[in-house]
Parts: sequence; structure tokens; C-alpha cells
Amino acid sequence: MEALIALSIGVLTGCGVYLVLRARTFPVVLGLTLLSYAVNLFLFATGRLVVGQPPVIGGGTYTDPLPQALVLTAIVIGFAMTAFVIMLALRARAELGNDHVDGER
Amino acid sequence: MNAHLPILPVLAPFVAAVLLLAMRDLPMAARRWIAVISVLAQIAITVALLMAVAGGEILVYRLGDWPAPWGIVLVADRLAAWLMLTTTLLALFAVIHAGDGTDRQGRHFHVLFQMQLFGIAMAFLTGDLFNLFVAFEILLIASYGLLLHGGGPARVRGGLHYVILNLIGSTLFLFAAGLIYASLGTLNMADIARQAATVAPENLGLARAGGLLLFAVFALKAALLPLFLWLPGAYANTTASVAALFAIMTKVGAYALLRADTLLFGPDSGALADLYEAWRLPLALATLATGMIGALAAPNLSRMAAWLVIASVGLLLTAFSADTAGIAAGLYYLPHSTFAAALLFLLAEAFKRRRPASADFFAPERDLSRHALWGGLFFFAAVAAAGLPPLSGFLAKLMILRAAQWEVWVAILLAALFGTIALARAGSALFFSTRTVEPPPPGAPALLVDQRPGEAADPPSGPRELAAIFGLVGLILALTLAAGPAARFADTIALQLSTPELYIHAVLGGSEK
Repeated sequence: MEALIALSIGVLTGCGVYLVLRARTFPVVLGLTLLSYAVNLFLFATGRLVVGQPPVIGGGTYTDPLPQALVLTAIVIGFAMTAFVIMLALRARAELGNDHVDGER
Repeated sequence: MNAHLPILPVLAPFVAAVLLLAMRDLPMAARRWIAVISVLAQIAITVALLMAVAGGEILVYRLGDWPAPWGIVLVADRLAAWLMLTTTLLALFAVIHAGDGTDRQGRHFHVLFQMQLFGIAMAFLTGDLFNLFVAFEILLIASYGLLLHGGGPARVRGGLHYVILNLIGSTLFLFAAGLIYASLGTLNMADIARQAATVAPENLGLARAGGLLLFAVFALKAALLPLFLWLPGAYANTTASVAALFAIMTKVGAYALLRADTLLFGPDSGALADLYEAWRLPLALATLATGMIGALAAPNLSRMAAWLVIASVGLLLTAFSADTAGIAAGLYYLPHSTFAAALLFLLAEAFKRRRPASADFFAPERDLSRHALWGGLFFFAAVAAAGLPPLSGFLAKLMILRAAQWEVWVAILLAALFGTIALARAGSALFFSTRTVEPPPPGAPALLVDQRPGEAADPPSGPRELAAIFGLVGLILALTLAAGPAARFADTIALQLSTPELYIHAVLGGSEK
């Protein structure tokens, strides 16, 4: 399971970085989204991977509840920011006449 | 009341923002009054906070009364109170300037302005790394709105870079926070400092990677060398009132670097001590040089002011790289450079309004009316920004030079020379090179989105503009005249920062985990 999670985070981050470096706003927005998915998975893994345990401190093993709370916050903030950047990209398309991130051609 | 003092600077702008949002149908004059009264109240609260912590006490506010390190804490020490005072004083004159009609160019200017102050206050006061991330997001999303206020292609282009880079920065911040939690098991800043001293060897690499990623994030906020390219386009094209407020934004990054440097990775942090040592000074000096070269090459005053903001961050972090005396000198320089940068942005806007043909570009133009007044104000601002005697910039530079090693002297003095040349060039181009020009056909006036049919229009450059400019001049003069007490207070801040045990003990108590 560790290898699968690590691979997912790696692939998402790699694709995200590649897309963020593109010159058009739409791939950049997709890249930002992939990066935020990657970081959400990563945050989830920071509490160590545990299967089938309650997220509270009881007897024996438990999953760490804190990363789950952090991920929830990060998801909400990520959604808001993605919505904002999509609106901004549309506005830039309207004001500058094209979808290049530098507003040229 | 005293028990709740640390949370008041955070709550006051938030309450004002919610009020302004709820009462968005009030006439603009009433909303302006609410905004100004809110900022005045924040100044009063901050002064009370400063008095409460001046003696060396560190006030800790446990949200929901959860004990640290499990709950989120707000921590008010001398550093946080000093920066809050700088922010609120700057905000007062920025909001007065915005009352000159800027706040009508888009919706919800004052709401966003108060939310911006809310985010900045939370960033300065929080004692929790993840809460710092949330504070950054609040101040960033408010800043996106403010930056784009008024619209137009230039603003959108600069804003797009700013937003995308900061979103990537936020992702990096989350990676860094995750790494630190994975290796040290905590996000409370005092607890991180305590756990760092005893980090297990197998987690050391993770913790170091997290710490250095944090450095990258804070360097992006502070506009340190490779990560500053978003700043000139964003700051030079936004409205002057917003640019003036944003003079404090790079300082939030500098604050976070200083806090991480002295607390998280301070001298007692064992294997993680002095994590930033190798990066700080070279990057700061390179930033200083780049900022001054940019200022020399700038085609207009607002862009030059933006480059000078970058240079001032470079000088500030150069000072923070020295010992305790350097940190004290930097903390005296910080309010000065903030006020001077804001003053330059406001003056650039004043010239844009009064030079119809070439705005604030360094091109010939007909003689300004009341040129003695504007020339005098520009001269004052230039002396302040270049750090020449007799103003506080000179005193600050002197303190930084006394604290710095002599190798650094060359860079600081050369940068001062370049800054002086750039500003002298700007002044002679703006004031001495006159010609008779045909006034161009009046362009389309700024779109007043927030103007109702019945409301009286604001005069094009009313008394509020001069009030804001003279207010900032007054702040710089006050900082010069009160240099003794201010520098002594900066010394006590640096002293408190050099003993992080005080902070850790105040937050966590004596309990060993």
C-alpha cells in the first residue's frame, strides 16, 4: 500500500508540475488542481498509513486524526482557490484577448 | 479584558469586514467611516497590546481553551506587537487614500481591505504552523481581490502571475507542513522547536526537507531573489492605495523567515539548528543588488517603487542574517522601509493624476501645478527611500552597517549609491524636464462600479490624497525623531528573539513531553 500511495503522489505531482509549466491558462489550472490532489494525499500519509482503525486515541492502534482534519481544511481552501483562478483565467481571456499566461499571442 | 487581548487584533478587522458586507447598501461615505473607525480601533488595540508585552511578557491565547500543543494558540510577543503596530498605522493612511474614489472602482473594496488586515494580523499572532498556512490563504485571497480592484488588462496580467505563483506556494507550504508533522509529530511552533532538539536520526532528512521547503515558501512571500518576478508587475499596476498596503505584505514573508530562523530552527534546535544559515545572507545580498538594478532600469515611478520594495527586502534580510544587533537594526528598518515604499506608491499615483500626457513615466511633461509642494514631497520620499541623512532610513542603515561584517558593507553601500542615482534620475526626469504639451484627449474615466445614481461624485484629487501622503511623511518623521526609544525597543525585541526558551515556555509551560 505504501508503494501505491507513494507512486500516486509522485505521478500526480509530476503531471501537476509539467502542466503548471505550460504556457496556456487552462493546462496551468489543471496542473494546480493535480498538485493540490497530490498534496492532499501526501498530508493524509503524514499520519502514517493504518487500515481499519478508529481515528481516536483508544486502546491499541489508531489512525492519526490530525492529518485528516488538515486534509479537510486543505481541500476546502483548494476548492475556493481553484474556483477563483478559473474566474481569473476567464477574465484574462476576455481582457487580453488570448489565453497565454503572459497575455501575448 | 486583558485575558482576551491577543485575539482582539484578529477579531476587530473580521467583525468590521462582516459588518461592511452586511451593510453593503449603505452610502459609500458611511462605509468609509466604518472602515476608518475599524482601523483606528485596531491601532488602539495594538497600542494596548504593545504596552502589555513591552515589559517582556509573552501573552498566549488558547483558542477554545485547548492546552498547547493540541489546540491552536495565538502568541503575542514584542515582535508580533511591533509588526502589528506598523501594519495598522500603514493601513490607516492606505484606507484614507482609498477614500479618494479608488474604493468606488470595484465592489467590496473595504470588505476585502479589512479581510486583508484580518489575515495579516493572524499571520503575525499565530503560534501554529498550519494556522499560519490558513492566515496566508486569508490574506492572499483578500489580496487577489484588492490587486484586481478596478480591473484593466495590465492588472489582470500582473494578477494572473501573482495568483498562480502564490497557489503553487500554498501547495509547497502544505508539503512542508506535512513533512514537519511526519517527522516531528507536531505543528505547534513552540513544540516544533522543542521536538527539533531531539529529532530521531531517521527523521532528520524529512525534517530538514520540510524546513527548507518552508524557507522557499517564505522566500516567495518575501520576494527573495529567484522568487521575486511576480512583484514588479503586480505592485506597479494595482491601485495606489492597495500598493501602499501591500508594502507590508513582503514583510509578512520576512517575519515568517525571522520567526522560523529564531524559533523553529534556532540555536537550541539540535541537528536542525541554523538550517537557513547557508542560504539567507547570499540570497539577501543578491536580492538587494537585483532590486537596485531593477530600480535603475525602471521606466516609471510606480515600477521603480516596486523594485525598491524588493531591494528593501534584501536589505532587511541582510540585517536579519547578522547577530542580535543586526536583527534589532532590521526591526527598526522594517517600519521605515514600509512607510517609505507606501509613500512612493502614493506619490506615483499623484503624478499619474497630474501629468496628463506621460503619467508617472520619466518623460518630459508640462510643469506641474504646485510643483514646489510635489517636488518637496518627492524629495522627502526619495531621501527616505535611498536612506540618506537625516531621516530614519539613514539611521537604520547605520545600525545595519554597525551590526554587519565588513564584507557586507560593500554591497550595502553600493546599493545605496545605485538607489540614490535611480531616485535622482527619477526626480530630474519628473520635475526638471518640462515642455509644452498638448493635453491629450481625455481618456475614458475610471469605471465607478460602486457609485449609485443619487450619490455625489468624489472630487478628482481631494484632500484625502494629501492627508494620506502627509500622514506617511509624519510617520517617517516620527520614526526619525523617536529613533532612540524605537531603536531601544527593537533591541529588546531582538533580545527576546535570541532566547526562544521564553516563547517555548510561555506556550507549553514547563511540562516535558
